[in-house]
Amino acid sequence: MPVSNMIESIRDALGIALAADDDLLILGEDVGRYGGVFRATEGLQERYGPDRVIDMPLAESSIIGAAIGLALEGYKPVCEIQFLGFLYPGFEQLISHVSRIRYRTQGDYGMSMVIRAPMGSGVKSHELHSDSFESFYVHIPGIKVVVPSNPYDAKGLLLAAIDDPDPVIFLEPTALYRAEREEVPAEIYQIPLGAAKLVREGQDLTMIAWGGMVPVVKEAAVQLVEDQIQCEIIDIRSLYPFDQDLIVQSVKKTGRVIVVHEAPRTLGVGAEVAAMIQEQAFLFLEAPIMRVTGYDVPTPLGALEHVNRPDVNRIKKAVQQVLHY
Amino acid sequence: MKQCVTPTGKLTAYGEQIWSKLSIDIKKELWKWMVRLRAYDQQCMVWSRQGKILTYAPYFGQEASQVGSAFALQPQDWLFPTYRDHGAAIVHGLPMKHSLFYWLGRIEGNRSGGKWRALPASVPIATHLLHAVGTAWAATLRNRPTVSLALFGDGATSEGDFHEACNLAGLKQLPVLFFCQNNRYAISTPFGEQSATETVVEKAHAYGFPGIRIDGNDVLVVYETVKHAAHKARLGNGPVLIEALTYRLGPHTMSDLPQRYRMMEEEREWNAREPLQRYQQLLLDQGVLNEQEVQETKRSCQQQVLESMNQVLHAASPPNTHLFAHVFAVLPRDLKKQRNEVVGRRGMDACFEYD
Repeated sequence: MPVSNMIESIRDALGIALAADDDLLILGEDVGRYGGVFRATEGLQERYGPDRVIDMPLAESSIIGAAIGLALEGYKPVCEIQFLGFLYPGFEQLISHVSRIRYRTQGDYGMSMVIRAPMGSGVKSHELHSDSFESFYVHIPGIKVVVPSNPYDAKGLLLAAIDDPDPVIFLEPTALYRAEREEVPAEIYQIPLGAAKLVREGQDLTMIAWGGMVPVVKEAAVQLVEDQIQCEIIDIRSLYPFDQDLIVQSVKKTGRVIVVHEAPRTLGVGAEVAAMIQEQAFLFLEAPIMRVTGYDVPTPLGALEHVNRPDVNRIKKAVQQVLHY
Repeated sequence: MKQCVTPTGKLTAYGEQIWSKLSIDIKKELWKWMVRLRAYDQQCMVWSRQGKILTYAPYFGQEASQVGSAFALQPQDWLFPTYRDHGAAIVHGLPMKHSLFYWLGRIEGNRSGGKWRALPASVPIATHLLHAVGTAWAATLRNRPTVSLALFGDGATSEGDFHEACNLAGLKQLPVLFFCQNNRYAISTPFGEQSATETVVEKAHAYGFPGIRIDGNDVLVVYETVKHAAHKARLGNGPVLIEALTYRLGPHTMSDLPQRYRMMEEEREWNAREPLQRYQQLLLDQGVLNEQEVQETKRSCQQQVLESMNQVLHAASPPNTHLFAHVFAVLPRDLKKQRNEVVGRRGMDACFEYD
């Protein structure tokens, strides 16, 4: 089986999708000739031409707004936004139109499109290149939000997102693009949206994370074994819709939960996860649900990034607090 | 400013040329549509004041722009209207009944079933111009003779999306028509406080396509200009920006008080230039119409408006669970649970069918 990193598996999925559907278009800044700033679309314009892999003017509202018109005419736009922190000029198109057109036209027109964007910290980048505001998008009714944490999931989730009849925001953790290589099947496969993944089994505590936090949580779990603590890890992967069952099932087993995300704490997705758990498994909880998150500060510049980004030590400390509540 | 018919109903030299080319049917249809739209709009203002519909955005005074632009389209063409362009949407195929549903706050009014190609009215300003660029791009990619018409007001030219849409359309030379009804005010703010350029039309130059400034209260020049621009766009000549000079004789919406920002004198001046009277006068003078026909048409249009309202009021209300219809193609599980929360609440049992 071939071995790929995440950027390669994403490129692989995009190539498969372009080959499978003549109406699929890739739109974005520098996605053609240049192959994208992270090379997710490298070689695709050469293979499929400039009318399928389209270099757009530097205008995010144009990318998403024009994609809406193209989708109305039966095209399947897969938009690349260079960084999640650059999506804001296109945010109005997303919240006022993309998410509502199926509803507003009462099903006459769906908005089957994917908007891909690198997100999150961990590579010490410059301002607005490390934003992790996934909860904005989760909060918008009418769109789905997916965050893969490994190459295998990235391909399967992206192919499922492309096949989905509704708009999907596909967030790619920048720190994981080239972090690991693993076996990724060459063939077509899909991972259903809305299904979380049990990454590690354990009976003492449940750790819930997604995207760039999954490897950090995994490392913390490995280190905690030395202290005789067995953590269960759930990678939510699909932030909307999200897999309540797998989480509730795990909480009923462990009775203790920490949620880890790099986004600011207030109204982060962790708040929703915690609220859901106390609604559905209150009597199984042995301790309050603890959040280990970025602080409520603007995404810091590279130099102080590590202070803000949850790390193994912060996670281990939270685990001890929850276990000894 | 191009003009075919003067405010007193006389043909200009250019108007004579256009007039001689048009069939009687088209001349009459343009008029009938204006009468119909006027009747609808006036009645909606009354109904809104009476609380029978929600607040309402009248196009009173802009009927020539509404009719002339949409009437120049072909059935395969796309229309992207604002909340003040339901007149144009009706001309393009939206049944009056659907429009009334909309003003009653009922989403089923937005449904087209693909029978006419338009998105529902765009409330956020200028954002829909990019959708028109997208459908125009699709027409180019698919090599289809389809034109996209985006309607907007003078205030929209201050929004970033106006400039993005013009830039992309000009860059790709797409078959999209940007039709600006310059009605002088963005609610209360006059165009002079929105823009350093005196006209909207001169902005087209910066984006690499032509702009045309016309009398937006003259249905003939609006129709002719849009038809000609659409024809050229179909042939691959790219976008056009049309600035139609007009005036909103009514309020911004029924919650607005125009006397706070404009003079009665100005309203009187524009009343004298309003679109229906001048065109009707021309048709009467030219012997295309007679007084009896005018009276009969007005009556039947008024009747049509009342009948539409009657149908709307007798249509069954959607069940409360309709709140959840079409959020997604398939409702996610959690949303199904939320949907079940409203099951059993009042109105749930009413059956509902689309037209």
